[in-house]
Amino acid sequence: MYGGSSAQDVTDAIEVEGLVREYGSLKAVDGIDLRVRRGEVFAFLGPNGAGKTTTVEILEGLRPRTAGKVRVLGLDPWTDRRSLIPRLGIIPQDFNFFPKITPTEALRFSAGVFGRPVDVRALLRRVQLEDKARSLYENLSGGQKQKLGLALALAHEPELLFLDEPTTGLDPQARRAIWEVIRSLRKEGRTIFLTTHYLEEAQTLADRVAIIDRGRLRVVGTPEEIIQRHGTGDRLRIQGGRELAQALRSRLEQPVGYEDGYVEVGLRRREDLFAIMEAVRDSGLPWGEVSTRRDTLEDVFLRLVSPEHRDELRLPEAA
Amino acid sequence: MNPRRIGSYFRIFALGYLRSRIGLFFALVFPVILILLFGAIFSNSGVGHVDLYVQDLDHASPASQAFLAALNQTGVVSVHLVSPQAGNLSQWLLQNDQTLGLVIPAGFQAAYLNHTPVRVTLITDPAEPSSSGVVEGAVQGVINGFNLRAAGGTPVVGLATSQVGSQVYTYIDYLIPGLIGFTILTSPMFSMVNISSEWKREKLFRQLSLTPLTRAEWLTAALGWYILISAVSALLMVAVGTAVFGAHVGITLAAVPFLLLGPLLFVSLGLLAGSVSRNPESAAVVGNIITFPMMFLAGTFFPVSLFPPWLQTVAHVLPLYYLIDGLNQAMLFHSAAAYLQDLEVVAVLTVIFSVAAVRVFRWSET
Repeated sequence: MYGGSSAQDVTDAIEVEGLVREYGSLKAVDGIDLRVRRGEVFAFLGPNGAGKTTTVEILEGLRPRTAGKVRVLGLDPWTDRRSLIPRLGIIPQDFNFFPKITPTEALRFSAGVFGRPVDVRALLRRVQLEDKARSLYENLSGGQKQKLGLALALAHEPELLFLDEPTTGLDPQARRAIWEVIRSLRKEGRTIFLTTHYLEEAQTLADRVAIIDRGRLRVVGTPEEIIQRHGTGDRLRIQGGRELAQALRSRLEQPVGYEDGYVEVGLRRREDLFAIMEAVRDSGLPWGEVSTRRDTLEDVFLRLVSPEHRDELRLPEAA
Repeated sequence: MNPRRIGSYFRIFALGYLRSRIGLFFALVFPVILILLFGAIFSNSGVGHVDLYVQDLDHASPASQAFLAALNQTGVVSVHLVSPQAGNLSQWLLQNDQTLGLVIPAGFQAAYLNHTPVRVTLITDPAEPSSSGVVEGAVQGVINGFNLRAAGGTPVVGLATSQVGSQVYTYIDYLIPGLIGFTILTSPMFSMVNISSEWKREKLFRQLSLTPLTRAEWLTAALGWYILISAVSALLMVAVGTAVFGAHVGITLAAVPFLLLGPLLFVSLGLLAGSVSRNPESAAVVGNIITFPMMFLAGTFFPVSLFPPWLQTVAHVLPLYYLIDGLNQAMLFHSAAAYLQDLEVVAVLTVIFSVAAVRVFRWSET
């Protein structure tokens, strides 16, 4: 654990009430209320143009707000920015650094400007970048650049980290390396505010998730809560034809769906599956592979966000 | 302003600059190339050594020998002997593609000793009036000396040659302050125009804004670097000028204010040009519009006094003119009044442009 027992530790890491940001007549953020507790990983999801980055940049102190109350570590990120900077670690979206500088030099620079000694070698090992310690930034791969961004965000031991799409465009290996670091940061008791396009990432890493769409929060909670509340529950999934779906509908009370050679039957209790399989046998129709399926965060997300945005969602690659 | 933060940033700024090489080329290599080039072109056409082909028809008598030795000693001509058997010297010059000849007639010594009039004949080419005039003057001078001695007189009025200022200067001495000014202009201007626009697009200023480094500290570190690189460049140019062309100038204490103010002036001007432009492409155009006329019209390569009057007026509105004139005053001419006036103009312009740059220049795009 890091940090002392100052009075501010009692408050939430981030408190937002009625946050509004307008660009001319466009309301990019339209009244958001949000609380991020100390020590949690909070994932902030939303399609492109939903107001995600605007919100994050307001919290980071990079942008002023039009209206609302914002407290980050008990301070106003816009007016108290200078005292907040040393306590925040940030990977901005599209992280970039000086092309002719090596990761080692970049971290020494960070140590110098933050006035805090950095064990460069240990930090580079932590983000799995030690073999590129002396390569120029311009010669690093996308994943290696992002790892340097993470190392720079960590170097001054911040209390609160903002990671804005830290794994976008990375290969699964690099993504998992960054996940590992995020998990270890959480263990150290740091607070992490994560935005991502990958719902799998949010579901794996986050204690709580918020989904923003068109400048408003649609839902906030743990991934489990969200799936419980907005999902359709467990389903039994049976490989079979339309006839099987018809036969089951006449024999069962539960809703029965059919899609692409699979029949899906809602499960209220686990014991339901015996009755369902009996009905399958009774129908005398052919059937194949059987599995239970549960809504993922992604299913819920797709149901919640505006239809015109769904195409922009980047689905996780098969790892 | 925190010195530790300035130092930390200065280090990566300098490393980036040194590794990108293009900046280094324009700050150090290019000025040296210009010195070598302009020095080679203009120093040799000076009054150093004009080749004079002499036909001594007096067969190397002591008198003709003494005459030629005196000519050589003027330092203006270098005497080359042409055999009396070569025939008509005028023809010989044409055949050998030379333009200046002198014929010492047979019986030159006898005539001199007997005080009977005798003429040496100078052959010149009307197409080369300047060297002809120079040689004619030198020959006339030697003749006068001989006549005076023949009359048994001693020189009463002597001539000591001197130029404006306390020392004898050549073109290279003039060129060096001009090129120092040139580098102080181009090196920060081109970089700053590019940085102030390109770094916004590349999100590099945003990255800096996530650290405690302030804009003022960033500016101080960058300025420190350009002062350093300008000073190194200035010393290098003086060294090359002295070693290759025998220049007489050095970096004097009086030049130091210009070496400090100059980079600040053009760092500010570059930031302004980059900040008022919408994108890096238009920033480059704005930067070039400011830089190029100044590069050539501010007295960098040629004295502004050689310009036609209307062009001189143009030169007098260019900030670089005062910087270069000030460096000239500081390094060559030492006119306190002109020096102070230049320093005043440069200082005022620097204050105006740097205040404006700090006001206009932002790290964020909006």
